[in-house]
Amino acid sequence: MTVTAFAFYVFAISAIGAGILVVFSRNPVHSVLWLILAFISAAGLFVLMGAEFVAMLLLIVYIGAVAVLFLFVVMMLDVDFAELKASMAEYLPLGLLIGVVLLIELGLVFAHWNFAPEAAALRASPTPSPAEIANTQALGAVLYDQYVYLFEIAGLILLVAMVGAIVLTLRHRPDVKRQDVVAQMHRDPKAAVTLIDMKPGQEGRAHGFRGK
Amino acid sequence: MIGLEHYLTVAASLFVIGIFGIFLNRKNVIVMLMSIELMLLAVNINLVAFSSHLADLAGQVFTLFVLTVAAAEAAIGLAILVCFFRTRGSIAVDDVNVMKG
Repeated sequence: MTVTAFAFYVFAISAIGAGILVVFSRNPVHSVLWLILAFISAAGLFVLMGAEFVAMLLLIVYIGAVAVLFLFVVMMLDVDFAELKASMAEYLPLGLLIGVVLLIELGLVFAHWNFAPEAAALRASPTPSPAEIANTQALGAVLYDQYVYLFEIAGLILLVAMVGAIVLTLRHRPDVKRQDVVAQMHRDPKAAVTLIDMKPGQEGRAHGFRGK
Repeated sequence: MIGLEHYLTVAASLFVIGIFGIFLNRKNVIVMLMSIELMLLAVNINLVAFSSHLADLAGQVFTLFVLTVAAAEAAIGLAILVCFFRTRGSIAVDDVNVMKG
């Protein structure tokens, strides 16, 4: 067994095993951690396939952002997960049935499938030799040239998602005191401070002085 | 020798596990969202496997876009979940049909 084959089987088994444990874990925090393992294993598979940039992106975007977001939400919400898990056995037969049917369908597709003879000629953007141009550089050249409009739209989607997430979760609580900057800036110093001339032994209250 | 078929098998397994997870955790939206992430990961593995096998970079570019949409979907989904939890005090999906109108 070559090193590549060994690495493939390690990553593949850990990806599938972590995937199964994501679904079956009793504790959602453990689910998120298994999800992170699945992502890391998939990134390993991507490196084996020669797609280093996508692998690193998977590590940064999925593990660094998405999985951590999941972890935040799981830990922030005070949910009784044992109660939610109680109904798991109820749905097991249906889920198993659909899973097996889907697996058989995928197997059928897999058995009776081959590449079109002109597949090599139909490539949209052939990969340059890795010895000459590295994966990241080649991908950048294609992404910013051929797919630049799609790239801009992807950025717009992320912007909309960010605005949407902020709008959805922002809440104004009336019971919290906040700094009102506009009111502070429109404060009139003449009206705010009154200078009064106090004689010795005089009562302050006569002039509206509320101190002491 | 590890070929295209091996990667496709891994991706198909992960996809089926994701579908299975959605049906198994009908009440727990967080694990449902994680299952969707697993399915998108399987799709990404498929795209990269074909991209690598055919020596066509377009597959990897599409992986980038799937990744973008997956990140946006996770952010919006979790935001909706936090909103739902604030109003209902639970994340059981059975209660979602109460939110009519």
